[in-house]
Amino acid sequence: MAVHETRTAALHTALGLSDQDVLDMYYYIALARALDDRMWVLQRAGKAMFVISGPGHEGCQVGAMWAMDKQHDWFVPFYRSVAACLVKGMTPKDMLLGLFARATDPSSGGRQMPGHYSHPRLKILSTSSPVGTQYPHAVGIAYAAKLRKTGEITMVSIGDGGTSQGDWHESLNWAGIYKLPVIFVVENNFYAISVPLRKQVAGENIAARAAGYGMPGVVADGSDVLECYRVAREAYERAKRGEGPTLIEYRVQRLGSHSSDDQQERYRPREEIEAARQRDPLLTFRAYLESVGLLTEERYQALMARIRREIDEATDAAEAEPLPDPATALRHLFATQHDPAFYRPDDQIPGPHPPHPWLSSGSGPQGLGRGDEGDA
Amino acid sequence: MPELRYVDALNQAHHEEMARDERVVVLGEDVGRKGGVFGVTAGLYEAFGEERVIDSPLAESSIAGVAIGMAANGLLPIAEFQFADFIHPAFNQIVSEAARMRYRSNGSYGCPVVFRAPYGGSHGTALYHSQSVESLYAHVPGLKVVAPSTPYDAKGLLKSAVRDPDPVLFLEHKRAYRIVRGEVPEGDYTVPIGPAAVRRQGSDLSVFAFGWMLHEALRAAEAVAAEGISAEVVDLRSLKPLDKETILASVAKTNRALIIYEDNRFCGYGAEIAALIAEEAFDSLDAPVMRLAGPDVPGIPYSKPLEEWFFIDQARIAAAMRRLAAY
Repeated sequence: MAVHETRTAALHTALGLSDQDVLDMYYYIALARALDDRMWVLQRAGKAMFVISGPGHEGCQVGAMWAMDKQHDWFVPFYRSVAACLVKGMTPKDMLLGLFARATDPSSGGRQMPGHYSHPRLKILSTSSPVGTQYPHAVGIAYAAKLRKTGEITMVSIGDGGTSQGDWHESLNWAGIYKLPVIFVVENNFYAISVPLRKQVAGENIAARAAGYGMPGVVADGSDVLECYRVAREAYERAKRGEGPTLIEYRVQRLGSHSSDDQQERYRPREEIEAARQRDPLLTFRAYLESVGLLTEERYQALMARIRREIDEATDAAEAEPLPDPATALRHLFATQHDPAFYRPDDQIPGPHPPHPWLSSGSGPQGLGRGDEGDA
Repeated sequence: MPELRYVDALNQAHHEEMARDERVVVLGEDVGRKGGVFGVTAGLYEAFGEERVIDSPLAESSIAGVAIGMAANGLLPIAEFQFADFIHPAFNQIVSEAARMRYRSNGSYGCPVVFRAPYGGSHGTALYHSQSVESLYAHVPGLKVVAPSTPYDAKGLLKSAVRDPDPVLFLEHKRAYRIVRGEVPEGDYTVPIGPAAVRRQGSDLSVFAFGWMLHEALRAAEAVAAEGISAEVVDLRSLKPLDKETILASVAKTNRALIIYEDNRFCGYGAEIAALIAEEAFDSLDAPVMRLAGPDVPGIPYSKPLEEWFFIDQARIAAAMRRLAAY
């Protein structure tokens, strides 16, 4: 037993991760799952119209985001990026505000469906519902980072279905040509809603496509959280060295249905769903932490109690927030407020922008695409 | 004041804005070494280097999408589409992403991108080098659409578009590039996005037009003036936002409205102006609102007689003016 502990303990320490790192990683995986469960319960209880989330994807998301500089780097998420956004800095309350469509929802003020995470201060880009459109945005962010020499790395995520989109291929091509500091993540759960990978991806090997775009493509098992971290860290260091993008294919288990409007039992064999549950990163990573003696039963129970409390408090706090006022529904069409369709002579025509800090100081971005302050 | 061609005014605006603000970058097909297929970006590559003047892959959706990402991270991109006919692959990026970015993030992200596209018919442009796409985009909330007709406005409006914190679709009439000349001040000035311009005062009828159609309308107004018809000609310039006051004031004065646009008539941009006048100036009207627009065929057919059949020229506009004045 002692021999086994020594060998496995070396696994995370050899990757440069401390004991606290891996315990924190487990915390985020468990937090994301608990938040996920809560969102589904709230939807089933009629408190939210819709939910879409990422049960089974948490291990790869936490592993990948752990490789990034959470303050400095960019993340362009997709609708399953619950755990990744939590690691990046969003709180359960932030996400529940979106679920409840409250006015103070930091992602969209209750304008978008739940799962469309956005947070400018945390450099999480706003995303839409059409699949794949976020990939070119990540390329543009990375191009700007390279031109401005900010040293920022951009990570963007998508599912296996999204790799069929032209935007996905165009983005890899751009980033390969210009050797941009971007990490392309594909969370392959083998289903795009109901369509299996064999009808989505010819050859069923997404990572192999990287070769055609002049970058490395790697595959990692989404149940192996440390391996997910390792490949992301390699991609990160490669990007930092100026060697360009990497495509990472995480093969993950989709433990639930596509969304609250889907029933996966209609198209997935029961045995397959059961097998997926055995590969749940929540279980596999817990087993690892137990095997190296970091997660005792007592510690585990204390952690779970803390998470339950955090989710309960976040739920109550988010639900207590006000709903948006319809009087605000015309706001933020443009940076200056005016009738959305017609020019009025008394409108303030926007003047030149203030000098950008990075021009003189070379410091990080302040503009973030110039969000407007209030309603002008 | 120097007289410049429309294309040179646009080129000057690019040079001045890129020199003024290091955040401005240009991307598109052949915009670099070649200077664009129409020469709008000529000399930028030499002046500002390949990092800021980017010869993109031939892929319109990602030209728009990459520009959107650049804007999110502090740049001010000008994305060129080689022809408006080829902008369609980027429709999703422009409509779902750029135009909605500010609204969907509740004001926390903006999208300061200029999407430039040469539009409209000229000789030999055929089905896929002649399209007018303004109504597809003017329909979309969160997007501004401008279409200058003069070199002065081309330069001034492009500068405003670059400095605008929101996405602007900048439509350049390809026939105007080398034919239309006009006085353009050296150095910095802007033309605000929004106001229309009354190009010719008149009392019998109002003509609303933009782009190349404005020039045909001015020539037609000259021709009918000899017959005693006094036509007022309004250059819309900014299609969205739209200068409602100038339109309504003109109709209140002349009591007759003729709207000219090169795009297909059905659901074209002029329909919105007709609706505006019907709703808000009904009492002023002495005649039904008249539209003169392109036939409902998919672009301008190539062969000479077919082309002639499509084009809206000075003679057709003059004929429409006579019909309207006689009503």
